[in-house]
Amino acid sequence: MSTPFYVSPQQAMADRAEYARKGIARGRSLVVLQYADGIVFVGENPSRALHKFSEIYDRIGFAAAGKYNEYENLRIGGVRYADLRGYTYDRDDVTARGLANVYAQTLGTIFSSAAEKPYEVELVVAEVGETPEGDQIYRLPHDGSIVDEHGSVAVGGNAEQISTYLDREHRDGMTLAEGLKLAVQALSREPNGTQREIPAERLEVAVLDRTRPQKRKFKRVVGRQLARLLEADGAATEAESAEEAEESGEE
Amino acid sequence: MDFLSEHQPEMLPGNRRLPATQGVLEAPHGTTIVAVTFPGGVVLAGDRRATMGNVIAQRDIEKVFPADEYSAVGIAGTAGLAVEMVKLFQLELEHFEKVEGAQLSLEGKANRLSTMIRSNLGMAMQGLAVVPLFAGYDLDREKGRIFSYDVTGGRSEEHNFAATGSGSIFARGAMKKLFRDDLTEEQATTLVVQALYDAADDDSATGGPDVARRIYPIITVITEDGFRRLTEGESSELSRAVLQRRLEEPDGPKAALL
Repeated sequence: MSTPFYVSPQQAMADRAEYARKGIARGRSLVVLQYADGIVFVGENPSRALHKFSEIYDRIGFAAAGKYNEYENLRIGGVRYADLRGYTYDRDDVTARGLANVYAQTLGTIFSSAAEKPYEVELVVAEVGETPEGDQIYRLPHDGSIVDEHGSVAVGGNAEQISTYLDREHRDGMTLAEGLKLAVQALSREPNGTQREIPAERLEVAVLDRTRPQKRKFKRVVGRQLARLLEADGAATEAESAEEAEESGEE
Repeated sequence: MDFLSEHQPEMLPGNRRLPATQGVLEAPHGTTIVAVTFPGGVVLAGDRRATMGNVIAQRDIEKVFPADEYSAVGIAGTAGLAVEMVKLFQLELEHFEKVEGAQLSLEGKANRLSTMIRSNLGMAMQGLAVVPLFAGYDLDREKGRIFSYDVTGGRSEEHNFAATGSGSIFARGAMKKLFRDDLTEEQATTLVVQALYDAADDDSATGGPDVARRIYPIITVITEDGFRRLTEGESSELSRAVLQRRLEEPDGPKAALL
């Protein structure tokens, strides 16, 4: 009979964290940042079927980096939580804070359970408020902690470098086109300092737009609208965002 | 909803044990809903009255609801149960859309509603029936469609126009005489107001336009651009126009004899 090696709990946890971090780092990064009329999600995603961003509820959006099947599981869980809450009580009683807590519990339990492998995912839960001050962005790392973020946040492989860049460049009250441009710049910086080109068809973009007349504020930005936003100059953005609001109103 | 039935079955309407009742239970009932298609969409409208026996329970009840972006439900029958059914229906459509990333087909939505009505059969046998009318814009076929139901959940697609509720016989008669294939959106909305007026004229449980209290029918239009509910102003304008003409011709527009 062989005796199992003794592994200290500190070491075991460090190993698990290392495992999860490596898994997350393999995926492409994504950026979530505030702009004047809401919150924009930008990421590089070669697949048009497997989304990184999704709607959870009226004002709540979800973004995830890491392993698809794992975060898809969490996403569906989140939609169920939110829909059940909203049906039992009221639509206003579904909040990003509540959802983030549920995610933190789930991730934390899985992370510290010896029977399961830790999830290789990092989530962002964002809620758009009536005003920019009411916006909430929560980042949930693999171990089940919650980080309350302001302005901008990046998760995924190159997150640290992207965050530093975003913190330096992001300012409040940017238009959608400016915000999008900044996000794309941040994502296209390589770790060695060079820039690479990300074509529009490889970008996945979604917004939580507080000016949308519908209750459900989440909207994917695709095709022509995305191309137009990417082309827009900083100067022409005022008219652009007005047009944008009109377009989403038509839908 | 499968998840809900596993997780919290008591939240679903079909899973409640019914108390034994003697005689007919008195609960507010909604009355007349009408729908009419026009090239490019469909109009769904309802009067505002809820009755409880011979009493008017509510004058300004709302009985037409958006189900999602491209469809709407109008309810006749027991108001409390019907409103809950609509709420659950809305939730299901939205939930499906978010989880799957695509909307259900109009046919799929209509079938789902059918199952929900069937689950209410026990209540219906005790006199608490819910009979909705479902209308939507079919994005695949590019036209407005109407589905009507019976208490057992039987579903049938209606062509051109349909009505449900106690005033439906009178409303249907009016629509039969007024309907044409080439209605514009505005004409279609006028048509439903005429039909509701006729229903209120002959059915005591249906409410007509209430000018004194400024209560007018709820009129919704669903087209390629999605669901739209006419504003209070638009609805009152239509109702007043119809009313004005009826002062001269109380029975409404005359159809050709031959």
